[in-house]
Amino acid sequence: MNDVAQSLRTALDLIGSADTVLVRTVALSLGVSASACALAAALGLLAGAWLAVARFPGHRVLLLLLNTLLALPSVVVGLTVYLLLSRSGPLGAMGILFTPAAMVIAQTVLVLPVIAALSRQFVADSLRDGGDQLRSMGAGPLTSALLMLLHDRWAVVTVLLTAFGRAIAEVGAVMIVGGNIAGVTRVMTTSIALETSKGDLPLALALGLVLLAVVALLNTAMALIAARLRDPVGVPVPAR
Amino acid sequence: MNPWRRVLLVLAWVGACAAAANVQAQVQAPAQAQAQARERFIVMASTTSTEQSGLFPHLLPAFTAATGIEVRVVAVGTGQALDLGRRGDADVLFVHDRAAEDQFVAEGFGLARRDVMFNDFVLVGPSADPAGVQGRDIVAAMAKLVAANVANATFVSRGDKSGTHAAELRYWKIAGIDPSAGLSQPAKPGTLDYKACGCGMGPALNMASATNAYVLADRGTWLSFRNRGELRVLVEGDRRLFNPYGVIVVNPARHPHTKTALAQAFADWVVSPAGQARIAGYRVGGEPLFFPNAKP
Amino acid sequence: MSPPALPREPLLRLRDASVRLGQVQALRGATLDVYRGDFIALVGANGSGKTTLLRLLHGQVAFTGTREGLAAGAVQAMVYQRPFMLRLSVANNLHIALWLAGVPRTERAARAAAALQRVGLAALSDRPARVLSGGEQQRLALARAWAVRPDVLFLDEPTASLDPGAKREVEALLEGFRCDGMTLVMSTHNLGQAKRLATRVVYLDRGTLAVDLPTARFFADHVDGRAERFLKGELTWSLE
Repeated sequence: MNDVAQSLRTALDLIGSADTVLVRTVALSLGVSASACALAAALGLLAGAWLAVARFPGHRVLLLLLNTLLALPSVVVGLTVYLLLSRSGPLGAMGILFTPAAMVIAQTVLVLPVIAALSRQFVADSLRDGGDQLRSMGAGPLTSALLMLLHDRWAVVTVLLTAFGRAIAEVGAVMIVGGNIAGVTRVMTTSIALETSKGDLPLALALGLVLLAVVALLNTAMALIAARLRDPVGVPVPAR
Repeated sequence: MNPWRRVLLVLAWVGACAAAANVQAQVQAPAQAQAQARERFIVMASTTSTEQSGLFPHLLPAFTAATGIEVRVVAVGTGQALDLGRRGDADVLFVHDRAAEDQFVAEGFGLARRDVMFNDFVLVGPSADPAGVQGRDIVAAMAKLVAANVANATFVSRGDKSGTHAAELRYWKIAGIDPSAGLSQPAKPGTLDYKACGCGMGPALNMASATNAYVLADRGTWLSFRNRGELRVLVEGDRRLFNPYGVIVVNPARHPHTKTALAQAFADWVVSPAGQARIAGYRVGGEPLFFPNAKP
Repeated sequence: MSPPALPREPLLRLRDASVRLGQVQALRGATLDVYRGDFIALVGANGSGKTTLLRLLHGQVAFTGTREGLAAGAVQAMVYQRPFMLRLSVANNLHIALWLAGVPRTERAARAAAALQRVGLAALSDRPARVLSGGEQQRLALARAWAVRPDVLFLDEPTASLDPGAKREVEALLEGFRCDGMTLVMSTHNLGQAKRLATRVVYLDRGTLAVDLPTARFFADHVDGRAERFLKGELTWSLE
């Protein structure tokens, strides 16, 4: 319990003093994970919508594969991307191993199945409700699916927040492809892992608390924006 | 169109473009660096124990100040560090496993290896020392751990092909013992409870501290380790415990893209009087961790 | 208001159409001509094939047989018992429908506004479509259909879920559409409604078109067997 109390104090000290290394590390964590989510969203939402309407032979197998990838361990993703980006690997010439770009790619690969599988699910559900009527209005299958993404945009937001949570909390992938290089590819989770392995457990826990605080702040901001958008102030209720 | 929707669409587009631009920029930069050598940095593969000793924040800035070259350290186990070198993902290696290093050079992956410094290993264990290993002879100590009629001693091994692990295996071999031979779950009375964690020095020390076990550690990591519990140094000073570090520049013949000139600059600096002095100046609690021994 | 003079070339011609849905023969040997200006009421017990026939005419169901007519460029629309509205404003739902129908951007605003005016929903233009009452949503569905200026409008029990007041509003609109020259095909449970609105009544029994008569004759003449039992309200489900 002493450790936890000490960690809490350390966490507050770190936040209060706005320690430059900490700020940079937090910024990198946010930047990498947000970029990965943006990229994965662009690809994953499209893939999810498409899978909801695709009927080619073998589409069920593809779906099974996608659902399996939901359980992909982050360290496996890291290893695979590392082998791809290594100088001895097929994409080595890009020279992006041990840079934040590699970390973004690894996390994109990690959360892409999450976004695709979850969006496929709610798009398919909505299509059960209204797919016939959209078709009657002249929408093709993919158009219907994309309209359902618009229709279920709050579900999209939830899925993206889920993906972001998975990305910012993982350590296996960014450790391997980033190398945990101080000042270059060291993010919050790899810092926590490092301090733990150095035996400085209170500091590791403190960093963990800081990370949680940052994510909590982000979620609160999103919730406030969401509330505002769903219920804009000042829209007059028409007299009937 | 609903103005809010327009805002969201624009934000989404901006976000996507920013992400794409970010990746694009990162991709382009190293390519430019090759041509213009504007980004002066090298990737150095080293070990977790070296990083955790805290040497790098003390040593590397001095090198950067002298040459303007940034050193990016990827700290992994020795086995993985050498693998990085073989793959050409690092420009220079800084590890401590003589046999593996010599093989690396012999296979043609590296230019000549140079001595840089050494530290030593220590056998750390519970202060009560149930196996009575305390002394200056490491092999005798390891033998005592498996001797019969000893209360269940626990030994934590790194089990990760690191320099430390390699040293540990050497001592078992000299003592003529296969520590995993008597392995049984649970450990029988009088046999050694041998735990191979497949982890770095820090986690191994954490585990030993938590289970009151014996563990072979490098002095550097031990001195900066904060979670000691009841552990203390029991065996030290044996010549066989010396742990030499070497620097190897990755061979450009194998990997032409590596920054050989910059890597060589580092290798030359770390064995130079300036580098050596810097190493000697690194102390924890007043004690030096490493002893420079580069041959002139 | 009496229907305008009719050219006798059918708008839609269905010959010997059969539909199999899974194990069930939903429609058997259906032959039907739809003329411009018709307001056809499809009546029959539940499961008699009304919805299947509607969907077939609308082109949404695979069938054997022939279906001709409908010159290129002819527009169809369909209104369902429970209208599906996207989570957008009333106006935007119309815009989407117009977009799906291929109406040029410059015309959309005007036609949307005109459609809302036609059904009496202009004051609710900016409200979220899904907070409207059942009757209002159905009127919106009618606006959505009317806006694309369909040659034929199909309706699947459009007032079955509405309260009497809303039902009257919808019926008034449908009567108005017919007077404007639109052709309508509507399935209904409600014989009174068929009598009020339709020019022609088609009775389906267990997948076949048993009776096809102008309204007055359908309700005045002595119809036999099962049709008579249906009229007397003894047949509500086609299970016997």
